Amino acid sequence: MYGRLPIVKMLLVTIALTVVISAVMVPINWNGQGASTAAPKIDHLLNVMIVLSAFVFSLVMVMLFYALWKFKAKPGDESDGEPIHGNTRLEIAWTLIPTIIVLFAGGYSWKVLDDIEESNPKHLTVSVFSQQYAWSFAYPGKDYVWSEGELHVPVGRQVQFKMHALDVIHSFWVPEWRIKKDNVPGITTTAIVTPDEEGTYQLVCTELCGFGHATMRAKVVVESKSKFEKWVEGLDRTLPEPLMEVLKEESVTNPPALGAGGA
Amino acid sequence: MVDAIKRPGWWRGLIGAIAFGAFGFGLVLILRKISGLDPYQTEQTGYPHIVVPAVTAPLGFLAGFGCFDYWLRWAAGLPTIPDDHSQHGAKSWKDYFKFNTDHKVIGVQYVVTTFIFFFLGGLMAMLIRAELAQPGTQIVEASTYNSLFSTHAVLMIFVFVIPVFAGLANYVLPLMIGAPDMAFPRLNALSFWMLPLAGILFIGSFLCPGGAFDAGWTGYAPLSTGAPLGQSFFNLGVQFAGASSIATALNFLVTIITMRAPGMTFWRMPLLVWANLSTSLLVVAATPFIAGVQFMVLFDRALHTNFFDFAAGGDVISYQHIFWFYSHPAVYIMMLPGFGIISEVISTHARKPIFGYRLMALALIGIVVLSYSVWAHHMFVAGMFSWLRVPMMITTLLIAVPTGIKIFSWLGTLYFGKIHTYSTSMLFALAFIVTFTIGGISGVMLGMVPIDIHVSDTYFIVAHIHFVLFGGSVFTIFAGVYHWFPKMTGRMYDEKLGRVHFWGTLVGTWGTFVPMHWVGMDGMPRRVADYAEQFGEWNLLISAFAFMLGAVQLVFLYNMVVSWRFGPKAEANPWRANSIEWQVSSPPPIFNFDEIPRVVGGPYEFGIPGAKHAIMAGEGAEVPAGEKSVVGSSS
Repeated sequence: MYGRLPIVKMLLVTIALTVVISAVMVPINWNGQGASTAAPKIDHLLNVMIVLSAFVFSLVMVMLFYALWKFKAKPGDESDGEPIHGNTRLEIAWTLIPTIIVLFAGGYSWKVLDDIEESNPKHLTVSVFSQQYAWSFAYPGKDYVWSEGELHVPVGRQVQFKMHALDVIHSFWVPEWRIKKDNVPGITTTAIVTPDEEGTYQLVCTELCGFGHATMRAKVVVESKSKFEKWVEGLDRTLPEPLMEVLKEESVTNPPALGAGGA
Repeated sequence: MVDAIKRPGWWRGLIGAIAFGAFGFGLVLILRKISGLDPYQTEQTGYPHIVVPAVTAPLGFLAGFGCFDYWLRWAAGLPTIPDDHSQHGAKSWKDYFKFNTDHKVIGVQYVVTTFIFFFLGGLMAMLIRAELAQPGTQIVEASTYNSLFSTHAVLMIFVFVIPVFAGLANYVLPLMIGAPDMAFPRLNALSFWMLPLAGILFIGSFLCPGGAFDAGWTGYAPLSTGAPLGQSFFNLGVQFAGASSIATALNFLVTIITMRAPGMTFWRMPLLVWANLSTSLLVVAATPFIAGVQFMVLFDRALHTNFFDFAAGGDVISYQHIFWFYSHPAVYIMMLPGFGIISEVISTHARKPIFGYRLMALALIGIVVLSYSVWAHHMFVAGMFSWLRVPMMITTLLIAVPTGIKIFSWLGTLYFGKIHTYSTSMLFALAFIVTFTIGGISGVMLGMVPIDIHVSDTYFIVAHIHFVLFGGSVFTIFAGVYHWFPKMTGRMYDEKLGRVHFWGTLVGTWGTFVPMHWVGMDGMPRRVADYAEQFGEWNLLISAFAFMLGAVQLVFLYNMVVSWRFGPKAEANPWRANSIEWQVSSPPPIFNFDEIPRVVGGPYEFGIPGAKHAIMAGEGAEVPAGEKSVVGSSS
């Protein structure tokens, strides 16, 4: 009774816009180089979200700009618009459809999360120690050999990092691995990574930890199994006694949390 | 002079501050002396001889200034001074510098004060962007940099965005519901005067040994529990800002529930009133949590209570749970009043009833309820129990639904309307829909745990919060300030300058904050004074847009100041709006209404011949046909 809207045309424009935005945005590698088995899964999830978001954004843009073009008041027109107070069917639609979309996004995320945190029984455990403003790493074996500022891991094998902060909270992030976890004083936290590409990367602290936060970095080397074993053999220092105590104490007082991956 | 000291006011306030401050200082010295301790304790978290006066001196100022006079006389059994309304209304600019109980004066005091903090916080943002324009250290060293971004955030959040909404609502809300004032005018005045004190404590921390607080606005323990003295000023400033916020929220709740004009049922309230009702529900229940947790940090620092000292059995992560249990609802405290403003502006300038009014109100309530169940999405990588992440993810994603309802309903309001874009407020409202949609989308992405694990604590977060807080909240604040400027000042502002401000702000916002998403995903962490070379070019571009964004705010400042003084006189209802505040003169009479209006219909009845929202004094009593008895029917 108020005139019909060209709904089919608006939908077609929305879809066309979605396709264009997705075609531009999906091929771009937003997260940078990936170097773990988790990276392609997270990147794929991101791309699915980009397409869904492009649709929502396009829909809002088409609705907004069509209204601005079609219903803009003529100069001098002081009359009011049509007294429409709502449309129950439309309101139900824009409540239910977004609910379905976000529940899909949630379910998919849950699946990816379970995937990337699945524990492999043949994993390698590396202990991480962080303090203002340095990282150090201990490898299991007799007395734990210890490396300061340089982390080596073998390619293609799951690594579980058991992390300990000695003073304030720090956060362990290797952007190429897409994995991040805070190191929290008093408890042991776990990060699970399966590096799948050899190379040299950077470990970045991502939790504000004081004036040296921006420069709290460590070198990360992913290398073949043989090179890695050689490197570990070459480490000539064992874990200092105070750190050893942290290691023992925390593994006793903080049993792993429920579910995969621990706390 | 003696008279000036006896009367409540600035002189007595100053003396009160000095006296109470000296009392606190002396008390610490004496108690420590008696206990056989060194009178001055200057370990970095200590300084009781400064921290205690930092509590007592502001209270002394409030007492001296006259905030408690009436209550204290009453409590002490002294004859109270009969209220002659000398503390009501403003006859000259000087009245804005007094303890004033008029909600309109308080509203203006709030808005002007908070904008001062907005410009100070903005200046800090400019310094931050100057430092970040190039990799390496140029302008400020790392610890000063940490202080700058911490103070920037704290000023913007606690003494700009949250209270500026309280200020706007203070002015227009009682008028909108047909009330002569707020329910508790003296409490209202006290709420306002606590606010500048909070701002002074935040900024004053720059004078502390060790510099201003530098643990971020989140102040995570144990970085904050071991930080230099400035952190204690943050802990205390939050108490004053929080108390101000809670008292105002109670005031709004009581005002909205009990002081609506006859006929103003809940389903006839303008959406701005609904928005402030929902916001106040959040504030009264959530704000005590941040007050509590900042006390816990302060006690850990000053009294060694060890809430968050892991070596003494404290629990580090519990800080984050308590903090975010407030601070997630806080993002809605900073957004819901803006939703209300956008509803008013869009309906008025599209000449259309709000599309789906009831669902719009229910969506607000839905956000209130859901927002208490999502806090741990700030902690997906924090090392909390892992199973908690999934339910928190689902609730976080679901909150996009009521938010989406609001976006679609505003769009629906535009259809078959007569959209006028001559006013700057409407431009900001329309641009808000676009920028807020982007901020909402990045919010949904952040809600998804696997994506969040990668981008958490990177510039993607900085981009997201600025899209929702600047492109969202601040756009709505600008829309609201332009919309009600004629009502508050009685003058019209310059639309040409308004347009310059609008387009500059829009381009500046997108230019500054869009690229931040990209550098964040690509590996640039947040809260860093220095960064890898590879991000240099993007950061230079971001800084260039940020300076433009900062500069264009001066156009806004000029427009507001000059128009307030010299602008053409505003008529009562320049936007031809329906709600009650526009049916009285600009600015409104001292007691708002000669006779309380009678509400006879919805607030957005555009396009319905003969429909009326309210019958004002002198308009006769004819009630439109079909109108039921309205008095006392509020549901």
